[in-house]
Amino acid sequence: MEALLASAIGLLTAVGLYLMLRRRTFPVILGLTFLSYAVNLFLFASGRLALDAAPIIGASDSYTDPLPQALVLTAIVISFGMTAVITILAIGGFLTVGHDRIDLDGDDEAPK
Amino acid sequence: MSHWIIAPVVLPAVAAALMVLALRRTLAAQRLVSLAVLLALNAIALTLLHAATTTGPQAYFLGDWPAPFGIVLVLDRLSALMVALLAALALPVTLYAIGSGWDARGAHFHPLLMFLLMGIGGAFLTGDAFNLFVFFEVLLIASYGLMTHGGGEARLRAGLHYVAFNLLGSALFLFALGLLYATTGTLNMADLAAKLPALPEGDAALLRTAAVMLFLVFAIKGALVPLHFWLPATYANAPGVTAALFAIMTKVGAYATLRFATLVFPPDLPATGLILPSLLLPAALVTLGIGAIGTLGATTLPRLAAFAGIASMGTVFLAIAQMSPAASAAGLYYLVHSTLATALVFLVADLLSRRRAHLRLDSSAPVAQPGLTGALYFAAAIALAGLPPLSGFPGKLMILDVWRDQATVIWPAILVSSFLMLLGLSRAGSLLFWKPGASPAPPAPHEPLALAAAFTLLAGLAALTVFAGPVTDWLTTTAEALYDPTASIVANRLGGSP
Repeated sequence: MEALLASAIGLLTAVGLYLMLRRRTFPVILGLTFLSYAVNLFLFASGRLALDAAPIIGASDSYTDPLPQALVLTAIVISFGMTAVITILAIGGFLTVGHDRIDLDGDDEAPK
Repeated sequence: MSHWIIAPVVLPAVAAALMVLALRRTLAAQRLVSLAVLLALNAIALTLLHAATTTGPQAYFLGDWPAPFGIVLVLDRLSALMVALLAALALPVTLYAIGSGWDARGAHFHPLLMFLLMGIGGAFLTGDAFNLFVFFEVLLIASYGLMTHGGGEARLRAGLHYVAFNLLGSALFLFALGLLYATTGTLNMADLAAKLPALPEGDAALLRTAAVMLFLVFAIKGALVPLHFWLPATYANAPGVTAALFAIMTKVGAYATLRFATLVFPPDLPATGLILPSLLLPAALVTLGIGAIGTLGATTLPRLAAFAGIASMGTVFLAIAQMSPAASAAGLYYLVHSTLATALVFLVADLLSRRRAHLRLDSSAPVAQPGLTGALYFAAAIALAGLPPLSGFPGKLMILDVWRDQATVIWPAILVSSFLMLLGLSRAGSLLFWKPGASPAPPAPHEPLALAAAFTLLAGLAALTVFAGPVTDWLTTTAEALYDPTASIVANRLGGSP
């Protein structure tokens, strides 16, 4: 089980990093999403993997650590919000500029 | 237990919610609430500073859950200093935003400002590593809004870079926290400090990985080369007031580095040892160099200010990298100085943006009110380059002094980079003020409040210089307390004490 989970996290991270290095905003956002999936699985695994164990002492033969689940929940909520923000920014950029290339061409906003 | 410790987090949060829900259409009321909160924050910050000076570290247990199971906020001299610096910076910058009309150019400036204050204040106060991540996200999401405040093509696109870079940093932060939890079973900073020395030897490699990943995250926040690429475009494209507020956001990275390097991963911890200072020192030297060269090559005034900010972060990290109380005290002094100086130069750039046709550094356009703005620019440039009489000079002097034993490498780095910055700033100043072009200058806007706010920051720099002696004494005690984590562990009621 450990090998399966570890390779899944590794694969998700690799996919996320590859997509993040793309030149258009949509793949970059997808890459960030994949990366956050990888992080969530990783956080979940940081409390050790256990089968048939409730996060309550005495409810089953063994118990599992409840804290990583709370951490993952927080991380999911935050990454969900952040993905929404960056999507809105990307759409806003696409609608004002007319293309979704992510590289800047060096001209700064004339601060007015 | 004093409940005031949580006020810097709760007060802005409540005010922001009130503004969004009840006052969303009345800017005047938002301004009033914003200023009232900032005045209260300044008073609270001074009270906390006094409390931290007299009684030592205190922990605030949220919901009265005992540490390490609940979340704690920890007030000690360092966190009190950072909260006071935040309040002292935010008040004049907000006055400037009101005086220059920046807050009227888009919706929700004041609520976003409040959420930013909440996030930064929380990041300074928290004693829990995961809670630090949460406050980082709070301050980042508010900063995304402030960064793109007012809109505009380049601003939106630079904002996208900023968000993407920081989301990657957040992912890295979570990986590091997961590793830390997997090896130690705790995320309370004081509990980590108590447990890490007894870590089994087999886990040392995992812990080192977690430590280096954490420092990469803080290096992204602190704009340490090679993780600084987000900063110039972000700061140069952000509204002037936002860039001035952001002057303290890079310091959050420096603060977190100092906190973790002294409390959680101290130099005498066998598993990590001197790995962090040895990574930090070369990076800080390169940061200093890149920042200084950037001020020479900058084509617009905001970009010059951004690179000067990078150079000042290099100087701060250079002091932190020595990992000694004297060096950390010098670094903290320079941190306070560079926050005020960087904010001042961004405000000056913003003042000039309404008094000149553009902010490109060439001699094609004259400046309205050249005497007044020129004097402000001159003072800001002196502060940034570290010339006497302003506080950059004693700051750099102290950092030179603590690195006396490695003077062959570090002294030339600091001195040459200061000289390069001096050249860059003089070049920009003479192009802006001394070579008036043929076209007439735009009419000078009447904004006494904005000018007064800029002069307040300058007065802060002057006060920091005049009181350099007592401030340094206080900072030295602060830094010495940092290298003795026992008090912090006791304040969390850990390590055997009931």
